[in-house]
Amino acid sequence: MERNDKMDAKVSDDALKVDLSKYTVKKTNKGLKVAIFIGLIMWALINLFPIYWMFTFSLKTNAEIFGENTVGLPREWKWENYNNALFGKTARRIPGIDYSDEDNKPFELPKLIRYFLNSLFITVTTILISLIAALMATYAMTRIKWKLSGAMNALFMLGLTIPIHASLLPVYFTMSKLGVLDTYTSLIIPYSAFSLSMSILICSGFMEDIPKELDEAACIDGCGPWKIFFKVIVPLMKPAVATIGIYTFLQCWNELMFANQFITKGDKKTLPVGIQQLSGQYLTEWGPIGAGLVIATFPTLIVYIFLSKRIQDSFIAGAVKG
Amino acid sequence: MKKKSQKLTIFLFLLPALLLFVGLLISPIIMSIYYSLFEWNGMNSEMNFIGLGNYSEMFSSDLIRFGNALKNSLILAALSVFLQLPFSLALALALGKKIKGERFFLSVYFMPVLISTVVIGQLWLKIYNPDYGIINSALRGLGLLGEKDSILWLGDKDLALGAVFVPTLWQYVGYHMLLLYAGVKSVSPELREAAKLDGATEGQVNRYVVIPSIKPIIKVSVIFAVTGSLKSYDLIYVLTNGGPLQATEVPSTIMIKQLFLSNRYGLGSAMAVMLIALCFFFAILIGFIFKERDIYGKK
Repeated sequence: MERNDKMDAKVSDDALKVDLSKYTVKKTNKGLKVAIFIGLIMWALINLFPIYWMFTFSLKTNAEIFGENTVGLPREWKWENYNNALFGKTARRIPGIDYSDEDNKPFELPKLIRYFLNSLFITVTTILISLIAALMATYAMTRIKWKLSGAMNALFMLGLTIPIHASLLPVYFTMSKLGVLDTYTSLIIPYSAFSLSMSILICSGFMEDIPKELDEAACIDGCGPWKIFFKVIVPLMKPAVATIGIYTFLQCWNELMFANQFITKGDKKTLPVGIQQLSGQYLTEWGPIGAGLVIATFPTLIVYIFLSKRIQDSFIAGAVKG
Repeated sequence: MKKKSQKLTIFLFLLPALLLFVGLLISPIIMSIYYSLFEWNGMNSEMNFIGLGNYSEMFSSDLIRFGNALKNSLILAALSVFLQLPFSLALALALGKKIKGERFFLSVYFMPVLISTVVIGQLWLKIYNPDYGIINSALRGLGLLGEKDSILWLGDKDLALGAVFVPTLWQYVGYHMLLLYAGVKSVSPELREAAKLDGATEGQVNRYVVIPSIKPIIKVSVIFAVTGSLKSYDLIYVLTNGGPLQATEVPSTIMIKQLFLSNRYGLGSAMAVMLIALCFFFAILIGFIFKERDIYGKK
């Protein structure tokens, strides 16, 4: 491309005798290029180092973390930390407290495996609900002709900008009245609502690409709107399903504000809340805390490694259209 | 007859989404505005109408210091717009011209955005740890800090705010970079070529060609940076929860404390309404600023 343009410039120069120096492409300073590259590598290290550090200290003893070997690879790979974080096996005793006294019971240690499964269940259910609701709504707004479909879509898009703060108390009251606080439901319903706007946005992008002729053909074959929706549209929406799934997963998996207030008792807590609790109870023992952090992070990172392009694209689509 | 059945079909298709949307996003806003007009201290206690009393108390009370929290989040917003965004833009511009390892850098820079804020927070608690954290250890190793000394990054009321902002800004650099990068990539190569043929240096191409054409995306980034700063909660909750001595308090941390610790439902709701109003206000204001400055007369 570049060479072509240069040649064009040269040809016109020969023909018209224009001052050639005006048309030379200035080369970027080589030194500057190297400096930029080094800068990029530095920033990459700043981003990777905390994650590397987290992985290594999750496998170390306190003695290693606190002095002998702060940043190196663990000398002794202490997988036990993961066992402790996941299943809360070792009884936790604070020095100076007399545990022979009946009133002083050792801490009930958090079992992250439980919170991990809770988060997984809440996230998957949320994805399903918000996906079904979004697919249906988008179908009604993009495939059926009616007067207010545009206005309706604009209304849903408002949800992209509304901060969820205002929902906190009223939704808390509603959940409390329904008696579902401290259950999965109390988080699944708000999470589904909060991810709905983005799901609809992603859905409309994909659904508009499906040719209208397909609907018409199906209609002529005698299919009603429901049959068209389930037999024609839904099977073609697989790429949208993946994108929505990823986006909603990230929203729910990491949410803290609602999870922290709506599930305070019992064993239904989500992973972010569980991590907070874990670090509160292991206080000075860093190994199991690190293990907990890794456990909370690795599903996201694994998905990211395989789907990095699609994840990035869904974020771009969300921001540019929202 | 057919018309009627079609209306019913549309309604049924929209029903699940509408129920969720109206029930959990729209009506709570209306309810919050309603609650914010009352003095109300518990689910079963009486609601006393006090008009805008909560709004004036929020800013006048020396105990609650909402104004201070708002100031903190506006400082964060300013840092975000004037430090984080230019840095992200520089990264995006550098990555946008087919540099070696482009995909790798892009993916690494975006990674912190995906990690749970609680995890990031816990990790930085360890990084800042006065005794064993890597920052103090590194300072001791370089001889800048005595062997027995330690800096309380999160415990010192003069340092805490800065210490809380660093991870916040760090985590989302990748997000802004990704958006801006997408913009930089969408600038047509012909436009760059033309500018280069006219003798523009790389810097001039960026300044006069690339940046003006990605203005709409810069606008989106600025809006996200400002509203995100106003709404920030997770990381501050994990790192300091507003302490020490309210030094790192932001509107959300105060709001949650008023709602769920003090049970001041009216006051907390007023703060929620205030936050929403501010987010919309800034979004509109930023949109307006960008419109005025756009010399091309296009959106």
